[in-house]
Amino acid sequence: MTRRVSMTVNGRSVEGEVEPRRLLADFLREDAHLYGTHLGCEHGVCGACTILLDGEPVRSCLMLAVQADGAELTTVEGLAGKDGLHPLQEAFSEHHALQCGFCTPGFLLTSLYLIREQPDLDDEDEIREALSGNLCRCTGYQNIVDAVRDAAGRLRQEPQTTKG
Amino acid sequence: MKPPPFDYAKPRSVDEVVELLREAPDDSSVLAGGQSLMPLLNMRMAEPRLIVDLNRAEGLDAIEWTPDGRVRVGSMVRQRRLETDRELRDRLPLLTEAARHIAHVPIRMRGTVGGSLAHADPAAELPATVCALDARLVVRGPEGERGIPAREFFLGALTSAIEPGQLLVEVEIDPVPKGTGWAFREVARTHGAFALAGVAALLHVADDGCIDLARLALLGVGSVPYVPDWLGEMAIGEAPEESLFRKIGDRLRKEVAAFDDVHASADYRRRVAGVLTARALAEAAGRSNGSGTG
Repeated sequence: MTRRVSMTVNGRSVEGEVEPRRLLADFLREDAHLYGTHLGCEHGVCGACTILLDGEPVRSCLMLAVQADGAELTTVEGLAGKDGLHPLQEAFSEHHALQCGFCTPGFLLTSLYLIREQPDLDDEDEIREALSGNLCRCTGYQNIVDAVRDAAGRLRQEPQTTKG
Repeated sequence: MKPPPFDYAKPRSVDEVVELLREAPDDSSVLAGGQSLMPLLNMRMAEPRLIVDLNRAEGLDAIEWTPDGRVRVGSMVRQRRLETDRELRDRLPLLTEAARHIAHVPIRMRGTVGGSLAHADPAAELPATVCALDARLVVRGPEGERGIPAREFFLGALTSAIEPGQLLVEVEIDPVPKGTGWAFREVARTHGAFALAGVAALLHVADDGCIDLARLALLGVGSVPYVPDWLGEMAIGEAPEESLFRKIGDRLRKEVAAFDDVHASADYRRRVAGVLTARALAEAAGRSNGSGTG
């Protein structure tokens, strides 16, 4: 038996008719056609599918779409604005913080939450701990950590560019 | 990896949850934070006919303090909240410290207190922690509520005293004496991974300089949290010295059961358990503050 779900994704209303077993990640990709949310391990370990659910980072492979009924979601597609890339994305690009890019959406959304929670973020160890639930298998973590630190600094200087 | 088909219910109250579980006691699963159940579903290691989702059931996510200092933590309180709740951090820092060791922030955002306890993973942090805190775990079923001492709650790996048709609704923790020191230590292969071994410790040093309270619970060694019943005999009335803590650690190293797997040998786990115990007791002693007046 299917159920009707509706949620707000990146500010837009999305509706669908799903089986209860439909994973939120699959709903985003296959029903909402937002392919930026990547599925790596599908059991919560790799962090690639991390999105923001009502502003908080969660694994979208460990939630059912029916559980997100009525929620507000942010996926990687919601980061860039009319003026171009989000400062976090710019920093990732400049620091070579991605190579194949598979893990990047999860890193970006985990980092976005981190920077919003701690605008004064500067400590490398803290960044590493906060990102420890996201796995990258190609570029390595140093550039990702550098990018997040840099992005936090940029957002401190230009708070008007902080989105949502 | 996709979950098998199931029926799904999202009851609004605990009474409704109990009613749903009563109708399907043997082939229903309770969905709390989903950080263990969802992987099991995705891998099809669990195939329940009915999923009862607690996330919209009211009355399970409160942290309530009684005037006499007891706290009742609802089963749907997220692990992240254990970490960030100020009053908990001030009054039960062991719980806060243990929560910080659970996986990673996005997991703790969803993962719940009750979910971790009911899942009863032998390497999980909260089961050992509630044993060290001597908590009572309150389950509700068709016959009403029942409080189960934490040390009797864990029956085996992934097996708890919750019976079919019952629901874990809250954890009740008595206050520890003011000035009690605490420590939570674990060793894991990578940050946030399940522990190879770990320990939760509480220790109080009285004004006369002797230990008058000592509690330990180990995780990752054996199929349930390990609580040494001889600890009081060995520690109470003694001075909080490194040599005593090492002796306790050595005894545990010889005594605990451990298993070999791809991550570590049983010997290594036992050794780590002993060393962590000695360090945790020393750390807890250092944090103990006599009668708590200073």
